[in-house]
Amino acid sequence: MEMPRVSTSRTPYVLLALGVACLLTGSYFGLFVAPAEEYMGNVQRIMYVHVPTAWNWMLSVLFAFGCAVVFLFKNDMNWDARLEAGLEVGALMAFLLCCQGAIWAKPTWGVWWDWDPRLTSTAVLLFSLLGIVALRHFVDDPVKRAIWSAVATIVASIDLPIVYMSVKWWNSLHQQQSTPQTVSSQFHLPLRVNAFGVLFLMIGFLMLRSRIAAMRLQHELAAPPVLTGEEAGELA
Amino acid sequence: MSDVAVEVEQLARRYGRRWALVDVTFRVPTATVMMVTGRNGAGKSTLFRVLATAIRPDRGRATVGGFDVVHEREDVRKQTALLAHQNYLYESLSARENLDVVADHLRIGRDGIAGVLEQVGLAARANDVISTFSAGMRKRLSFARVLLQEPKIVLLDEPYGALDPPGFDLVDEVIRALKARGATILMTTHQIERSAQLADLTLMLEDGRVVGPAAGRPLSGPLDRGRAARETAAEPAAPQESVC
Amino acid sequence: MLTAALRKELLLQWRSRSQMMAVFVFGAAALLLFSFAIGPNTEALRTFSAGFLWLGLLLSSTLTLAESFHAEMENRALEGLLLLPSNPHALYYGKAIANWLQLAVLGVALVPVMVVLYDAGTTQLLNLLLIIVLGTAGLSAPGTLYAAMTAQLKAKQMILPLLLFPLIVPALLASVKATSFAILGDPMGQATSWIVLLLAFDLIYWSLCGVLFRLVVEE
Repeated sequence: MEMPRVSTSRTPYVLLALGVACLLTGSYFGLFVAPAEEYMGNVQRIMYVHVPTAWNWMLSVLFAFGCAVVFLFKNDMNWDARLEAGLEVGALMAFLLCCQGAIWAKPTWGVWWDWDPRLTSTAVLLFSLLGIVALRHFVDDPVKRAIWSAVATIVASIDLPIVYMSVKWWNSLHQQQSTPQTVSSQFHLPLRVNAFGVLFLMIGFLMLRSRIAAMRLQHELAAPPVLTGEEAGELA
Repeated sequence: MSDVAVEVEQLARRYGRRWALVDVTFRVPTATVMMVTGRNGAGKSTLFRVLATAIRPDRGRATVGGFDVVHEREDVRKQTALLAHQNYLYESLSARENLDVVADHLRIGRDGIAGVLEQVGLAARANDVISTFSAGMRKRLSFARVLLQEPKIVLLDEPYGALDPPGFDLVDEVIRALKARGATILMTTHQIERSAQLADLTLMLEDGRVVGPAAGRPLSGPLDRGRAARETAAEPAAPQESVC
Repeated sequence: MLTAALRKELLLQWRSRSQMMAVFVFGAAALLLFSFAIGPNTEALRTFSAGFLWLGLLLSSTLTLAESFHAEMENRALEGLLLLPSNPHALYYGKAIANWLQLAVLGVALVPVMVVLYDAGTTQLLNLLLIIVLGTAGLSAPGTLYAAMTAQLKAKQMILPLLLFPLIVPALLASVKATSFAILGDPMGQATSWIVLLLAFDLIYWSLCGVLFRLVVEE
């Protein structure tokens, strides 16, 4: 069982700064420079954050799944620290996606939620991730906690495509219009810049959160007290 | 079978921040009885659970019956039986049914069950549901469970606990019978004088470490039984103090 | 080994059969409450009867699944079996099959309640039976895995639904849709694709959870 290591590099802060810079730039272009979309008007501009968030959210889920698998094979607590970060960041991004979806849906369709398959699957996975985060709070033993969350993460991740497919079929008879997907080339630049912005922010958050998790693990898993020669002599 | 039944080297196990076992090293020859003493919380049960492969050690290694407790768990389990604090019984089943479950999972026939129940003195209550059993009777049934497994290495964690004086005699009988069959027996106990009669070796744990005469030296042969009894009896009132 | 595990499970379930009665009453009460929530609108009740049946079954499953590990944790009997040694896969499948059986029986028992309360009769009884069998299998496989985990925790009542409910959404959707078609009619023959989805879900989770079970019960 590998003990967790806490890094002290400045990289996450650099990434966070870069991320904010990219987001500001991309959003400026998206909000003020790019033309309004034909049918939806200005409401469509939410796509400039929504699509990047969606892409990066999928990455975070993949990351969490990867951490879970690697942990089970390597038994290295550092991967559990990263998994903890991945779960929370994934849940946060899922929540943001649902909010963005609702914000888009209300002016467009008059309802807060339109059961779009992708958003609905995101909502389901949000609950899954929150469940696993809750599970972690209830388990005291760090090793057991790590193994169980890895198992639950694998099960939940494998479920995601199945959930997506089933919701898609379920909704297909009532499909009105899905959230903005197709993008014509005028809109590419802000989208890409924002995508990188969210990516840098996400990686920065993941690194910092892993650090916090590793610190807590270090506190929970004490190294054995070393027996000095004198002490050994006294006991004999 | 080789002449060392249990070999433990620098074993350590933690629960969160607390180390239950630290740097435990000892060796038990085959067909001997080793008595493990120490106060409550000294790490005796944890040690037995590691040897039985119920939990993994965090550091060090241990082999039981020649097999490693981490990498060859199945093989260890095939030869080992643990009498634990929890009795491993199903409350809604009868004594006989509990043993049926064990026999079925061991893939042995159910014929030996009557004999084993007889041996532990539960033949009359064989068909009673164990939620009606007293603590002592459950202990007897746990013994029956161990006997059914016909183990080569037996780990008895507080075998005398909850039993009445006839029960104590039963335990001694069982231990002698197992020893006669060539089994290696490790037992934790607070009944020092009684166990010293049966034991060939002794090991004392304190705060997870091996202390006393065996500390720092793997036991490689039988100790003078009289000396062991005197030394452990001379241990400052530890069993009485540990009433908690 | 699997037969040994299954025998034990069925014996344990038989011993606790009075609890089954209580769970049935719980399920039936849930179905009743759903009808109060909708109101005496017979058309609406009939339209949503499949949903109510499966929701009632899902809620009841949290009771039966959690209970299925109670006997194992009381005296650490599960650990005792693992140390014999026992094959953890056999232990999982024994438990999962027993839970499946219990839920399927419950499902079948709730059908008449549904028929009466929601005027949701159907002649496609075999079809309905198939859906109940496949749907409860989908609940049982991950449910048994998570019940094994949460039985070891103090807050077991809260955590099991939290983990299980998002996971079984596909099985729920498929079961409800297929049952709905059985009750209301299926002019375009869509029920089959839902049943296939259910089957796929079952196959995936019965294998995946069997593999992962050992990690969750061994220390």
